[in-house]
Amino acid sequence: MAALLEMREITKTFPGVRALDNVSFSVEEGEIHALVGENGAGKSTLMKVLSGIYPSGDYEGEIHYDGALAAFYGIKDSESRGIIIIHQELALVPLLSIAENIFLGNERARAGVINWHESFRRTEELLRKVGLKEAPATKVDKLGVGKQQLVEIAKALSKEVRLLILDEPTAALSESDSQALLDLILELKAQGVTSIIISHKLNEVRRIADTITVLRDGATVSTIDAGGQAVTEDRIVRDMVGRDMAHRYPERKRNTGEVLFEVTDWNVTHPEHSDRKVVHGVSFNVRKGEVVGIAGLMGAGRTELAMSLFGQSYGRNITGEVKLGGKVIDVSTVAAAIRNGIAYVTEDRKELGLILEEPISRNITLANLGAVSQSGVLKRSEETQVAEKYRKAMNIRTPSVFQRVMNLSGGNQQKVVLSKWLFTDPQVLILDEPTRGIDVGAKFEIYNIINDLSREGRGVVMISSEMPELLGMCDRIYVMNEGAFVGEMNAEDASQERIMSLIVTE
Amino acid sequence: MSETVTQDQTQAPEHSLAAYLITHMREYGLLFALITIMVFFQIVTGGTLMKPVNITNLFLQNSYIIIMALGMLIVIVGGNIDLSVGSVMGFVGALAAVMIVNWDWPVFPTILACLFCGTVIGAAQGYWVAYWKIPSFIVTLAGMLVFRGASLWLLEGQSVGPFPRSFQKLSTGFIPDIFGVERPNVTALAAGAIIVAVIIYLGLAKRSRNRAYGIEDEPVAFFAVRNLIVAGALMFLVYSLSTFRGLPNVLITMGILTIIYAFITEQTTLGRRIYALGGNAKAAKLSGIPTERLTFLTFVNMGFLAALAGLIFAARLNTATPKAGFALELDVIAAVFIGGASMSGGVGKILGAVVGAFIMGVMNNGMSIMGVGIDYQQVIKGLVLLAAVIFDVYNKQKQG
Repeated sequence: MAALLEMREITKTFPGVRALDNVSFSVEEGEIHALVGENGAGKSTLMKVLSGIYPSGDYEGEIHYDGALAAFYGIKDSESRGIIIIHQELALVPLLSIAENIFLGNERARAGVINWHESFRRTEELLRKVGLKEAPATKVDKLGVGKQQLVEIAKALSKEVRLLILDEPTAALSESDSQALLDLILELKAQGVTSIIISHKLNEVRRIADTITVLRDGATVSTIDAGGQAVTEDRIVRDMVGRDMAHRYPERKRNTGEVLFEVTDWNVTHPEHSDRKVVHGVSFNVRKGEVVGIAGLMGAGRTELAMSLFGQSYGRNITGEVKLGGKVIDVSTVAAAIRNGIAYVTEDRKELGLILEEPISRNITLANLGAVSQSGVLKRSEETQVAEKYRKAMNIRTPSVFQRVMNLSGGNQQKVVLSKWLFTDPQVLILDEPTRGIDVGAKFEIYNIINDLSREGRGVVMISSEMPELLGMCDRIYVMNEGAFVGEMNAEDASQERIMSLIVTE
Repeated sequence: MSETVTQDQTQAPEHSLAAYLITHMREYGLLFALITIMVFFQIVTGGTLMKPVNITNLFLQNSYIIIMALGMLIVIVGGNIDLSVGSVMGFVGALAAVMIVNWDWPVFPTILACLFCGTVIGAAQGYWVAYWKIPSFIVTLAGMLVFRGASLWLLEGQSVGPFPRSFQKLSTGFIPDIFGVERPNVTALAAGAIIVAVIIYLGLAKRSRNRAYGIEDEPVAFFAVRNLIVAGALMFLVYSLSTFRGLPNVLITMGILTIIYAFITEQTTLGRRIYALGGNAKAAKLSGIPTERLTFLTFVNMGFLAALAGLIFAARLNTATPKAGFALELDVIAAVFIGGASMSGGVGKILGAVVGAFIMGVMNNGMSIMGVGIDYQQVIKGLVLLAAVIFDVYNKQKQG
């Protein structure tokens, strides 16, 4: 069989981050090729390069497709050559019908007038192909996620697909829906469609893939021929996580004291779907000076857990008990949570953490304005002094504390957010993906700040999708999956293999 | 990803005059625009614009716009809009007329009742916006229709008036000269001199405070020229007023309110939180700020100020008509945007809104004196609003 796709020595850099480093990746005609790796390993970036979202010229390296050098400048280009990507977050318009969605942007029309008869007839054909028994006029929001996924695939088929890319197709599906989807992918293979499947679920990968490519830190680690012989999950996991961990994390001395923060039997229901429990029965504790990690995949419910603890900022019907220093505390509003010594550094600093238009000084004092005012009147000079203090302590690189935060780099913005929360003098800090989207140097600085916090006797809860970061920084790690804690281990006993196996084999 | 990692701005701040001017284009531009417009109309009206009687009129004509612009600025900074203020203003004026003229209520209780009524109207609208998350555009559009109709109903389609003298004083009264000279009115002159002294003193105090904490400040030359212009303009205005009838009551009301609201927005935690709310409501909420309550309060305040404006307007016309306040919300909103506020919230200053209102007011007045038809007036005002906002957007893009 000949290679349908060959990506040669692809390098893609973002300011301060090398997302892909000389990646070579080759897919044979008619096979199912699995692409695996941790969050941030570069899988999605590689697929964005392939589909033209990062246009030709924006990266180094060559893409050979169907025997010729290809240059894609956008989704339209790659789609016209039969490369279709289905993203993890589905791109369907909920209030339009199945037929309208399938032909969106590609309408069966003459002079702009839609031929409904033709549209519905073609849709019926396509739905039969993917095994979805629904009327073409059904609105997409009436369908479950599994069926929506099938509509996406039908949409791909409508475009004469040759190479189908599925990004985490089963992440949101139930067991039976997942099985049906995998069967469909195998059937498409029989019809000659080549597929690339990105997945965390190694049992599924093993079941359908002919070849497995493992990416780690933006580089290809191995390409495993899975055809016929049994590949052990251990082997894949080892390739996914094995890396040199020395020197990436500052030295840490464990100095934990008595239990500081304790959450018992925490339950949270989805804000819109009252039958969906997002967090169930979670109990955990943090000691003084301890850094506790929460590991898990995206969508495991970690952010939802943190936000529900922080003034019920997420979810409904929240039950459970929160204790600080042995006493039950009120965390029912954000203000109460802050007052009782809790701080939460959000995952998305631009959307939820900062007021980008405002200067550094105003952002730092926002959560504790009472400390820089008297009877509601601000004391500007004290505010400036506070901001200057944190600029020095956190090493925020800026010409002045009156610089608007929108002009700062990601790492410096994160330091501003951390300053804001330190100024509230919290006992416990919950850090949600504290190093996401910032470069290696700034990451190291953030790690140092975290160590300083624990030295001061504060408790730190660290949520991260980067497992090496948790292993390098934490004293203890909880593993969360599908809304529940499925394991707990001390740092000495923890390994990425152990964490991964707790997640993938439930 | 490429958005999260932007370039550090580590170069030292430029201290040259030109660089300073560019980064503070908006504030100076606004003042410069007002002066240019005044000089222009002073010339083309052959000096009528700056006559004492006309200056007095300018204040009387625009007082209610400015008072409502104070509240509107806060609503807009908080990320909302209030389309109902013209109708609410008309409704409250009508209510005052009915109470005083038809029901023979005394003046003072009527004023209190009317202010209370406006506040309740603001609260009713704010409730839906803040706690039910219904877009303010829709809630206040409904309010605009409801209170337009309510005024008609209250007045039964008739004009009701006249008001007693004491009520008219709200708008057309003047502060008598305590020194008994009357022309020129020495009280007015003295008040003007004191205000100028206070402005310069506060300016100097702020400069020295800024220097002490290393805050970037405007160059000395700018400080001097700006204060000289402001002081000169103020003294000229006060002198003009003193040679006519002295300080109008409404000017005092307006001035005091402006100072109070400028103080609240710039110097208090309350004001700071409203800017944070408008800048990023989600981040503000996650910083422990009661965003719903604040949104609610911005509308309560707007209702109160609309009621006050309604009383002043009725007092000035000495009658309440069903058409009072018609389309006035648009002038108020335009003033706020000309003054530099941003539609998306979080940006804007009280003084900007006041200057914006004066720009509109001077243009209205100047064009009327010139005999420009109402048709052209509308077109020109519309273009000025558009130009001001384009200037803002352009400036923002240039600064990146």
